[in-house]
Amino acid sequence: MKKTIMKDTAPNLAASLRIALATIVLCGGLYPLIILSFAHFATPETASGSLLRDRAGNVVGSRLLAQAFTRPGYFWPRPSAVKYNAAGAGGSNLSPAGPEVRERAEQTVADFGADSRRPLPADLATASGSGLDPFITLKAALFQAPRVARARGIALSDVDAAIRRHADTQKIFWSREGLVNVLALNMELDTVQKK
Amino acid sequence: MPILMLLLFISLPVLLSWPLGLFMTKVMDPSSKSGDGRVSILLRKTGGRMLDREQEWKGYLISMLFFNAIMFGAVVLMLALQHVLPLNPDGKGPLEASLIFNTAASFVTNTNLQHYSGEVSMSYFSQLFALTWLQFVSAATGIACLAALARALAGNTLVGNFYRDMLRSTLFILLPLSIVVALLLVVGGVPMTFEGATAAQTLEGAMQTIARGPVAAMVAIKQLGTNGGGFFGPNSTHPFENPSFLTNYIECISIPLIAMATVWMFGRITGRMRHAAVIFSVMLLLLILKSGIALNLESAPSMAFRGLPIETMSNLEGKELRFGPGTAAIWAAVTTATSNGSVNCMHDSLNPLTGLVPLAGMWLNVIFGGVGVGFINMFIFIIVGVFICGMMVGRTPEYCARKVETHEMKLALLALLVHPLLILVGTAVFASTSWGAGTVLNKGAHGFTEILYEFSSAAANNGSGFEGLGDNTVPWNVATGLVMLLGRFIPIILPLAIAGSMAAKKPVPETIGTLRIDTPLFAVVILGSVLLIGALLFMPVAVLGPVADYLSTSIH
Repeated sequence: MKKTIMKDTAPNLAASLRIALATIVLCGGLYPLIILSFAHFATPETASGSLLRDRAGNVVGSRLLAQAFTRPGYFWPRPSAVKYNAAGAGGSNLSPAGPEVRERAEQTVADFGADSRRPLPADLATASGSGLDPFITLKAALFQAPRVARARGIALSDVDAAIRRHADTQKIFWSREGLVNVLALNMELDTVQKK
Repeated sequence: MPILMLLLFISLPVLLSWPLGLFMTKVMDPSSKSGDGRVSILLRKTGGRMLDREQEWKGYLISMLFFNAIMFGAVVLMLALQHVLPLNPDGKGPLEASLIFNTAASFVTNTNLQHYSGEVSMSYFSQLFALTWLQFVSAATGIACLAALARALAGNTLVGNFYRDMLRSTLFILLPLSIVVALLLVVGGVPMTFEGATAAQTLEGAMQTIARGPVAAMVAIKQLGTNGGGFFGPNSTHPFENPSFLTNYIECISIPLIAMATVWMFGRITGRMRHAAVIFSVMLLLLILKSGIALNLESAPSMAFRGLPIETMSNLEGKELRFGPGTAAIWAAVTTATSNGSVNCMHDSLNPLTGLVPLAGMWLNVIFGGVGVGFINMFIFIIVGVFICGMMVGRTPEYCARKVETHEMKLALLALLVHPLLILVGTAVFASTSWGAGTVLNKGAHGFTEILYEFSSAAANNGSGFEGLGDNTVPWNVATGLVMLLGRFIPIILPLAIAGSMAAKKPVPETIGTLRIDTPLFAVVILGSVLLIGALLFMPVAVLGPVADYLSTSIH
């Protein structure tokens, strides 16, 4: 055994080094370049992060990432354990049976003004895995609609209609109710009101 | 509906594994000319004379260890120098020494336990040239070693050439599949750019820094190569790694695909397809069982909400809405059956009893397992099963027409015991000292499970975690780094030594008294060995961790 190791050390070392170098170039360099060039031409928008811009062209966020909303005139996303930090994402990692989740949920229930007659949809009471979940359920959006309509001084039916329009574009095939992209919906409400 | 989901997520990789297994067998066949195109001639020149040599199992293992040592060294160097290397648009600084050791060990061993957060700590150079590279060659190392094991069991004392096997797996199996999956992910909306982070001014006027990068390339191979190490901290829960239901489906079926195909490859190389089918069905049964249990347990609502005015729904803590209900439970089961370890929900926030499902997968570590190494682990259980049967009928046990004797059994038992030893000793030490007890997020039994999960994940080369654990400390980095290395190389070296020793024996003719290894009865034997041995070894910690967690939080 020892003899085999000794005898073959030089050729093994040489082969390993050369093959390592070749595969580094291939797997770390060439392969990503192939994917990158395809993305550059085929899907330039999503390849750079699905960024959304205002009319002046400034980046306001990403269609795929939640951002913080606290004003009553905006729809609010799901709670985030990382305060919607898109440069350091993460979940709460708390036990769903633990006291910390309960305390947080009590606060959230109070923030949303939910009670037993109008219970809070569960997605609004739970922190997402990434802390950046861009969606809320249709129920969670409709739940917030009265607050948004009141704050903006527009008809509840208009807000509801906007919600349903957004939900219709985000249906997963087995569910009757779609999801609502919070940032996209808020941007639309802003544009409509500015007109 | 959950049954339909399960069918959707598991049937496609099962179907695809058959043709892929056939293809992999052709690629790995030492006598085939299929790999002799221009590319491989070029690589043959790169590899030198060493590639033309047919090796015995010892020489094969030595080459494997040499190459893995070079992998380790190269990555340590790249990570240590990342602040001066190119492709670092966000100016990531140098990494701490114990974190470099842990990360190198983690990616060399195909584990991808990440004690760092990708978007916080890693430059694009490190992500691609260090980590993505290792995701290819560590997976290829596993496939190569299984091919060698199969050739030995087919009766060959010359088991192939490690460098040739490794290169062929990288070039003709992993790269083409990764390109297909990465392109699909790009179409599905996954970012792929060398631009650095961008600053956004949100609608309410706050600033949000949006980290991005060459994500699609890394995600494809981390799913296919049972690596699991993501571009971003929260892995495939992050909308940039996994933007939709469809990308989630593609990523989830990529997890077990190659591991399933390696079972067929083993069957073809040894010429025992019916035996392979028996083993495949045992693995599949366990996978379905595991996913079904997870689906059922995870559909229960978050226990903490009891009595609050919150609508009753399945547990959504740590989950993303766009993947749809149930998909997180299936993913959690699949990613820990194979040693992938990527996640699409936070395992720490699974319901207390659900946490037992990923743990059980890592403890057994044979439900398809890591690419190549999963079947190598199963080989040990097969040897033990054959031995028990032999004892029951009073014959010298045989496997693949070779006698299994004292020498082989000693090695097999050693291989079998390494895994629980690493997990139980590590957990005991860390749970009883501030090394572990001072780093948990959740209290009590759930906190104990965080420690137990970390060592299980490291020893099984899985890489997922109960991420509440503050694991980027020197004790954690060093301990899990060592556990990953031991948990990777001992269970490759010992089985190959067993197979090599068997190959050197005279074949025994198969008679009417020979134990048939291609019957449903043998499936029951294997299922029994796996479950009984697994249950006996890990039952006590299962009760101390998830079961106690469930009882203390859910019974009032």
